[in-house]
Amino acid sequence: MRKKPIAMLLTLTLILAVFLSGCSNSGADGEGEASGSGSDGKVTLKFMHLWPAGSSAQQNKLVNEIIKQYQTDHPNVTIKQEVLENEQYKNKLKILSASNELPDVGVTWAAGFLEPYVKGNLFAPLDDLLSGSLEGKFIAGTTEAYAVEGKTYALPIELNISPIYYNKDIFAKYNLQPPATYDEFLNVVKTLTDNGVVPIALGNKDRWTGSLWYMYLANRLGGDALEKAINGTGKFDDPALIQAAAEVQKLVDMNAFNKGYNGLSNDEGKSEFMNEKAAMYLMGTWELPNYTTNPDVPQEFKDKIGFFKFPTMDGGKSDINSWVGGPGVGLFVAQNSKVKDEAQKFVQYFVEKWGESSVTEAGVIPATKVDTAEVKLPQLYTDLLNELNQASSLTLFADVQMKPTAAQVHLDMIQALFGKAVTPEKFVKNHQEAIDKGN
Amino acid sequence: MDKVMSNRLVAALYVLPALLLLLVLIYIPIVLTGYYGLMQWDGIGAMTFIGFENYARLLHDATFWQSAYHTFLLALFSALSLIGYLMIALVLSGKIKGANLFRKIYLIPMLLSSVAIAQLWLKIYHPSNGVLNTFLESVGIANPPAWLAEPSLVLYALFVPILWQYAGFYILIYYAALKNIPESLVEAARIDGASPWQIAFRIKLPLITEVIKVTIVLAVVGSLKYFDLIYVMTDGGPNGSSEVMASYMYHQAFRGFDFGYGSAVGFFLLVICLVVTWLLRKATASKDTIQYS
Repeated sequence: MRKKPIAMLLTLTLILAVFLSGCSNSGADGEGEASGSGSDGKVTLKFMHLWPAGSSAQQNKLVNEIIKQYQTDHPNVTIKQEVLENEQYKNKLKILSASNELPDVGVTWAAGFLEPYVKGNLFAPLDDLLSGSLEGKFIAGTTEAYAVEGKTYALPIELNISPIYYNKDIFAKYNLQPPATYDEFLNVVKTLTDNGVVPIALGNKDRWTGSLWYMYLANRLGGDALEKAINGTGKFDDPALIQAAAEVQKLVDMNAFNKGYNGLSNDEGKSEFMNEKAAMYLMGTWELPNYTTNPDVPQEFKDKIGFFKFPTMDGGKSDINSWVGGPGVGLFVAQNSKVKDEAQKFVQYFVEKWGESSVTEAGVIPATKVDTAEVKLPQLYTDLLNELNQASSLTLFADVQMKPTAAQVHLDMIQALFGKAVTPEKFVKNHQEAIDKGN
Repeated sequence: MDKVMSNRLVAALYVLPALLLLLVLIYIPIVLTGYYGLMQWDGIGAMTFIGFENYARLLHDATFWQSAYHTFLLALFSALSLIGYLMIALVLSGKIKGANLFRKIYLIPMLLSSVAIAQLWLKIYHPSNGVLNTFLESVGIANPPAWLAEPSLVLYALFVPILWQYAGFYILIYYAALKNIPESLVEAARIDGASPWQIAFRIKLPLITEVIKVTIVLAVVGSLKYFDLIYVMTDGGPNGSSEVMASYMYHQAFRGFDFGYGSAVGFFLLVICLVVTWLLRKATASKDTIQYS
């Protein structure tokens, strides 16, 4: 009979423990407290971003440095981070927005991505910050991508263009030069396949990687035809857009991409390039750390990497200085944040500090102006920053320009196009239907 | 026990916690999902009532029915694979050396998380340096296909790890059921001169019919709502060629920002599962159950 009370006590403790752990806020990386200001003026800010220490080591380090400095300058502020990888971040953001539990400060993409959140009144307008110490510091056109109906809802911290990176050693082995015209490019592809080398590394499981190829082809052939078709002032059955789709399938027929590209993730596709099995890789400038500063990549590989601009096409409407790219991620402040003022101050601080050091420390090109004369940069950066200054136009990524449902149709169609499951005509027709639906 | 059972109030109190959990975690969300299916909602803004429009759209959605077809194929293969598991369990329940060890080995995949299994098979199926293709090339098959990139192959390529994941579970159930058959019955049959095949099919199987019926329902319904490996390995596959109903529902709700439609798909999936379960019970119901004393 002695055992009974002890057993009861243990059972009760167990039940209590289960209830308590279930009831408390769960989340990654120590996000246990709700944010807010305590009675003694202490402020806790929740900051959610997508640079995990594992895959984005240098960005993560820079973020932590900025946070530490801010906390030192503002002793009453504690910043709690939640870190997720890219795709998981997008998912979590949606879930948090549905339950109205967005972090005080977070990361967002521009245009079509941002729109539903703005329409749902979840992001706070940040125009005040633009007229403060950040006035005139942003590169022209970057903040506009984050504006809805005249108000800016996020401040960009990344600006990316997409060159074609190539392995200089492989090119030299087969006496190839970086192509300036598309015909030369096709020649390069053919020479490489004839010699058993994979011309282009591509991991199209996530679909946006293939979209980069299509966008460039559409740009070189039709200028701003794609943009016009997306925003409704043009149509998708523009011959340039159909031909761009046909050119993609021509590349597929030439075996230009690594085997099984349609089922490989971007990382798996990238590894074909990093392992020197593929000669070329079309990707954004966010990839630059891997070719310059990342200590985990062997230096001899880094020395072999160069870039060239997407070649021009005969009779096409665009010049070689037209880039696919644009502002990357930006910082938002949640409209329902209990510490909005502090959050806005932090965003302003972050954008400034980030802009000063992101190139040298994290290898990320910020959306604020960088003085290339002042900072010592790896050669690839200086070259690309100069290219950026001479860019004739920037076309924002299609799946960011479009509204969410249409963006999904676009991405699915890209995968179908690369897998030769649709004809170019059906490809544009499905796009037109999606745009017409308006969501 | 009698003291508890005789007092209705006390009995109700004992049942209450579990009932509350079920209500809050399962039944209420089910009703809410059906309710959200009547709405137009992007998950962020306000909801607009649109009646049965989502459900009507569902019936005409070619992509949904294609994913339903894929799910049906999975359910079919799952049910068929039960035969294989039954054979293995029959062999294991006999007196063979190392039966214990084999049982434990078959159980291991069930202990792994779905994501771990997905990563493992992604490496196996990798088009150039995966285990499978390297092996095929070494035995002389030139240019083996990219298993997860070919629309015609991807679904079947996925079935292998999916079925592999739960093989141990069903083998264990059958093994336990077979072990429960009194040895005296098998002995009696052996004395009467029955061959091992006859013992297996005429004595053992009929005695575990009830268990087999349960596993059929488990396998089919489990396949109808399957999600894990599809999502991690191909995310619906090249342009929907490995999409199943559960992943379609996820994509509609979370990628397409259409929670109303996603909820409608989810609720419809539940209805399908209930109907299939009812049909299966009807089809496998027998008028007399085989008893042994």
